[in-house]
Amino acid sequence: MLYREAGDFKTSYHADNQTFPIKFDRIGFWITLAIAFLVIPFVINDYWANAIFVPFLIYAIAAIGLNILTGYCGQVSLGTGGFMAVGAYACYKLMTAFPDVSIVIHIILAGGITAAVGAAFGLPSLRIKGFYLAVATLAAQFFLVWLFNKVSWFYNYSASGQINAPERFVAGVAVTGPNTAPWAQYMICLVFLTVCALIARNLTRGTVGRSWMAIRDMDIAAEIIGVNPLKAKLTAFAVSSFFVGISGALFFSVYLGAVEVGEAFGIQKSFLVLFMIIIGGLGSIFGCFAGAAFLVLLPVALKVLGVDVLGWPTDLVAHLNLVIVGSLIMFFLIKEPHGLAQLWRLAKEKLRLWPFPY
Amino acid sequence: MSADFLYGIEVVINGLMAGVLYALVALGFVLIFKASGIFNYAQGVMALFAALTLVGIMEGQVPFAHLINALFGTEVHHFGWEVPALLAIAFTVLIMIGFAWAVQQFVFRHLVGQEPIILFMATIGLAYFLEGVGDLMWGSDIKTLALGLPQGGSLAVEEWTAGLGGDDFYGFFIDKLDMIATIVAIILVASLIIFAQYTKQGRAMRAVADDHQAALSVGISLNFIWVLVWSLAGIVALVAGVMWGAKSGVQFSLSLIALKALPVLMLGGFTSIPGAIVGGLIIGVGEKLFEYTIGAPFLGGATENWFAYMLALIFLVFRPQGLFGEKIIERV
Repeated sequence: MLYREAGDFKTSYHADNQTFPIKFDRIGFWITLAIAFLVIPFVINDYWANAIFVPFLIYAIAAIGLNILTGYCGQVSLGTGGFMAVGAYACYKLMTAFPDVSIVIHIILAGGITAAVGAAFGLPSLRIKGFYLAVATLAAQFFLVWLFNKVSWFYNYSASGQINAPERFVAGVAVTGPNTAPWAQYMICLVFLTVCALIARNLTRGTVGRSWMAIRDMDIAAEIIGVNPLKAKLTAFAVSSFFVGISGALFFSVYLGAVEVGEAFGIQKSFLVLFMIIIGGLGSIFGCFAGAAFLVLLPVALKVLGVDVLGWPTDLVAHLNLVIVGSLIMFFLIKEPHGLAQLWRLAKEKLRLWPFPY
Repeated sequence: MSADFLYGIEVVINGLMAGVLYALVALGFVLIFKASGIFNYAQGVMALFAALTLVGIMEGQVPFAHLINALFGTEVHHFGWEVPALLAIAFTVLIMIGFAWAVQQFVFRHLVGQEPIILFMATIGLAYFLEGVGDLMWGSDIKTLALGLPQGGSLAVEEWTAGLGGDDFYGFFIDKLDMIATIVAIILVASLIIFAQYTKQGRAMRAVADDHQAALSVGISLNFIWVLVWSLAGIVALVAGVMWGAKSGVQFSLSLIALKALPVLMLGGFTSIPGAIVGGLIIGVGEKLFEYTIGAPFLGGATENWFAYMLALIFLVFRPQGLFGEKIIERV
């Protein structure tokens, strides 16, 4: 009864073009935002922030970035981990070189640097397509991780080869370093995620997003109708890497605090983010959130169930976790190749007609 | 001949032998890709799983011992017998064939006609699943593969070649295991080619690779051929797993050899068996030579991780379908 376009008359182009055309969706969106900004920061504790909320928010940003490239522009990338590392190391170098500048600016600049690196690694995409490109992006992954391991300038010649986030403040509240309150970690990630999601959503609805989708659906046909493939592919790589870089910077500075590049940004990370957008749904911003939530929650839930409730050994649960994640991915691909976002869409279709079947 | 030059040759020889092993893994990819269009990321994990299974059977481990102990509070580890190597290999081959059947029956039969990228994702899921199952079945500790293969450098080769150079040259250092791996790989490739060219099933396999619908219309069962290629890939994975496992122990890092095979595939083309072999050799020699001449002296070493990818990437810019791949024709 609630979920209807009927009776919700649009009287201006502005109203007709809005992000959520159905009133129920709009209300839901604002309620979600209100809970995220006004309720969770006051009830959050250390465990919930570190195990669930902060990783979820950061992975959601990375997933949005990868989804722009893979879901909207159709260029499969396995280099996400490498680009996150660029964001993290750029942020670290900026933080230590300019300690007086606000960390928010550092994180945004780190995103910008990653965008430039991403565009450079995107150049081969003009010649190479499909699987060949996917494998080519692995070159970025391995090369970047090796670079950050070998060139000690990147980690300021520290003996351990790690990078450590110094303490930084936003409006007088510590957001990085050991004395950060859980709510501060949560809030800075949430603000970045909200802004990124809004930018991404509006980019994909406009000219740029449409040219990406044209390239995805068939690049030769898109070229014939006047989409410039050079511009479309490189902007997709740049914008995608921008978001991925921001998530890498947050992952290092706010979430982990200390990072060893091969461990934190290895090939496993690339696959993890890729799984998020597949399970969530390619070409959907909502899918990024759903996929990130799913893959962050699943291991935690399994661990709570296996170790705490059933009392099984930790390594056994970790192995079971692999089996379950693997089976779920195959199951999803067989049942619904378009991911959780498609299930949500189908559910909404049903809701609009409810209680009638047709 | 100067010693430097001779050491260069030694690097090339070792590179060629490493290349043969890369080619072996790449071969598994090509078999499946040609016949079904699936880019099988799980190939490396299949090698790990096959090697784990072989060790487990040989040592008489109880499968899923850890899980059984956790569920029922028992204390089982080993059956208490040891299986001879040949019998264990036969069992492992049977298990890999069973695995091939299960993969086809439960996963890829339902995904026929999906986009290639979806199939690729499914194989990544399969890789996770198989890795978890392998760990659950046989435990995740590092195991040694005691097949009685010789280890260490070959003294005969060293003595025989020592006379080639001056006083500061001590002969070629060549690992015996690498030599055996090369011979095994050559035998395997030769028998695969004979199988594909001269047997009924081999011909059917090539027909499917050429054109699915035409193959169906002359009465070839696609399902059977797909199970066949997955089994063959499983056997190739077993050989690769044994060779790499004997070298560095059977452990998780074994599954990463799949990543080594990817640039080989890019270079040689996804659809060509000779391409996989030539690509493997080029990558093997290329990365060893690069590490020897530029990587170790100037770049701080460990360039082998990415050099192969960069080489393949530069190569692809000039020839997007690889050396021997089918020409990519696009129609609108």
